[in-house]
Amino acid sequence: MTELSKSGAAVSEPVKASQAPSAFLEVRDLKVHFPTDDGLVKSVDGLSFTLEKGKTLGIVGESGSGKSVTSLGIMGLHTTGQYGKRKAQISGEIWLDGTELLSADPDYVRKLRGREMAMIFQDPLSALHPYYTIGQQIVEAYRVHHKVDKKVARRRAVEMLDRVGIPQPDKRIDSYPHEFSGGMRQRAMIAMSLVNNPELLIADEPTTALDVTVQAQILDLIRDLQQEFGSAVIIITHDLGVVAELSDDILVMYGGRCIERGPAEKVFYEPRHPYTWGLLGSMPRLDREQTERLIPVKGSPPSLINIPSGCAFNPRCPYADVPKDNVTRTVRPELTVVGSQHWAACHMTHEQRERIWTEEIAPKL
Amino acid sequence: MVLVVLLATFTVFFMLPKWAGQDIAVLFAGKSSGAEQVEGIRTKLGLGDPLLAQFWDFVKGIPMGRDYANGTDVTHCPAPCFGYSFRTEEPVWNTLKDALPVTGALAAGACVLWLAAGVATGVLSALKRGSVWDRAAMVAALGGVSLPIFFTGMVAMGIFVHNLGLVHMADNLNTGDSIGVWFETLLLPWIVLALLNAAMYARLTRATMLEVLGEDYIRTARAKGLGERAVITRHALRSAMTPILTVFGLDLGVLLGGAVLTESTFNLPGLGLAAVQAISSKDLPVILGVTLVAALAIAVANLVVDLLYAVIDPRVRMG
Repeated sequence: MTELSKSGAAVSEPVKASQAPSAFLEVRDLKVHFPTDDGLVKSVDGLSFTLEKGKTLGIVGESGSGKSVTSLGIMGLHTTGQYGKRKAQISGEIWLDGTELLSADPDYVRKLRGREMAMIFQDPLSALHPYYTIGQQIVEAYRVHHKVDKKVARRRAVEMLDRVGIPQPDKRIDSYPHEFSGGMRQRAMIAMSLVNNPELLIADEPTTALDVTVQAQILDLIRDLQQEFGSAVIIITHDLGVVAELSDDILVMYGGRCIERGPAEKVFYEPRHPYTWGLLGSMPRLDREQTERLIPVKGSPPSLINIPSGCAFNPRCPYADVPKDNVTRTVRPELTVVGSQHWAACHMTHEQRERIWTEEIAPKL
Repeated sequence: MVLVVLLATFTVFFMLPKWAGQDIAVLFAGKSSGAEQVEGIRTKLGLGDPLLAQFWDFVKGIPMGRDYANGTDVTHCPAPCFGYSFRTEEPVWNTLKDALPVTGALAAGACVLWLAAGVATGVLSALKRGSVWDRAAMVAALGGVSLPIFFTGMVAMGIFVHNLGLVHMADNLNTGDSIGVWFETLLLPWIVLALLNAAMYARLTRATMLEVLGEDYIRTARAKGLGERAVITRHALRSAMTPILTVFGLDLGVLLGGAVLTESTFNLPGLGLAAVQAISSKDLPVILGVTLVAALAIAVANLVVDLLYAVIDPRVRMG
């Protein structure tokens, strides 16, 4: 029922029975819908994956593909305090270390937040409170879950700031976020999220708001810390290059669903879904000689209110007419095995895919 | 900054009547006075001197006191000297001295009430946005903003003082009166004035809170595992206080300069009422005195707000 890849992450078929899984994190058929005046926004529409401790899963997709909504769903940040804003309808199961979170007491989940599972946000400037010092914010994060006095918590905060590479941590701890550079802020954010040794770390586009020169440092830092703490990490990004570097497994999302997933090297070097081909084709590569222009994925992401019938990608797919009988426009493709521990949701036959990949796509990459 | 504002206000109000061509000596003396009396007053008040000299005498009089002299007829005006009222022939400072505590007490009590009520209502409305409570509170707030004080004040007095007899309002307030008398007399004015402002603050707080609650750092606070109470009070309300404080400083300053409508409606002998009486009797020195005090109050309130900004928002503490 639950298959684990050799790398130990990110592969299982949706399971209907709700018994506790053996995996550390297992998401089953997660759906996050937002009712709006214009209709039901299906931000995430049936997503499943598993993740083991010490492993990294990269979730890739365009804006609006449901990446961030997924991560906020795991953190339980949709259900609490929406204050009359569009209220999320969430279904499915999220198992963390043997506990199902969606049906759990919200207060129980709140106590897990920050301690068992922590999150790094995209823009550290807006994600840190402008009126409190870095130290105050880290100390607060620590003291929510540990009954210690401020001095102990402060020592812990200095230790964490030192660990994430902030120079003179005992002085910088009293700085405000606006007194830090972008990279330093993200380091402080990482220190804050790791202060309680969480078992699961979700990094939602951790490098998007940073200078290119700083991005690599932050990614290295996340990798080092993961090895040190042995946490499970989910990296959410629109940048395939980022996840290829860091992840054990990659999950590609489109229109709120998973359209391809598998071990990182498979998805990166032998992708089997036309959308993943598009992502790769639109990505600058330094490891190969670039002879032609980058090819953007035509069109724009689908409306999540009126997701195209059949395959959600069909209006933008150059190979939509390859399968027979207009099936791409009528039947939604399910994930099927396309290789070892490798799944893709596409109507093309194995032979059609292999031919297009070897003849048309691979030579251009 | 405060000094510049004071000087500007002072200059305008000091010079205007002179430029307007009113003969101030005649104003003082009254229409029935003979020419000789008018000339005597003109000399005594120094109205024949050059404008700059008059200006300097007045300014100097505030910290030093001054003597008005016409030959051997000398009147000493002790510091702080704002001149003499045309109407009562009392030093203006006496009027200000009596009026200030009334206005101060009115402003202090009302602003505590409206801040507490307004901010609390606004926060609750924001947290329960779209609920029955929210809608009711916002309709009530709209009513509060729209109803003028001379209406709500009259209604309140009609009900609580005249019909029910629950509150007894003293005809006059003196510094010698007991706290009980002050409290009972000011109770209705406080509530009426607070109602108007609380309504405004409720709307402002609600709007600001809704904006702040959508900020990324509020999501971060929740992601840390903080309880809702800590998220609201420590993170959201802290940020929402900045715009509230801005408006509060301005309102408090204006109020300290004399709550004209409230004081007139309830017949409270504060600065506002003094100003109204002075204007209707063309009592120039009193008008000038009240205006100066009002300008000072607004300028100081703004200064305090600016200083408080730096306390609240570390980003202001630059340089």
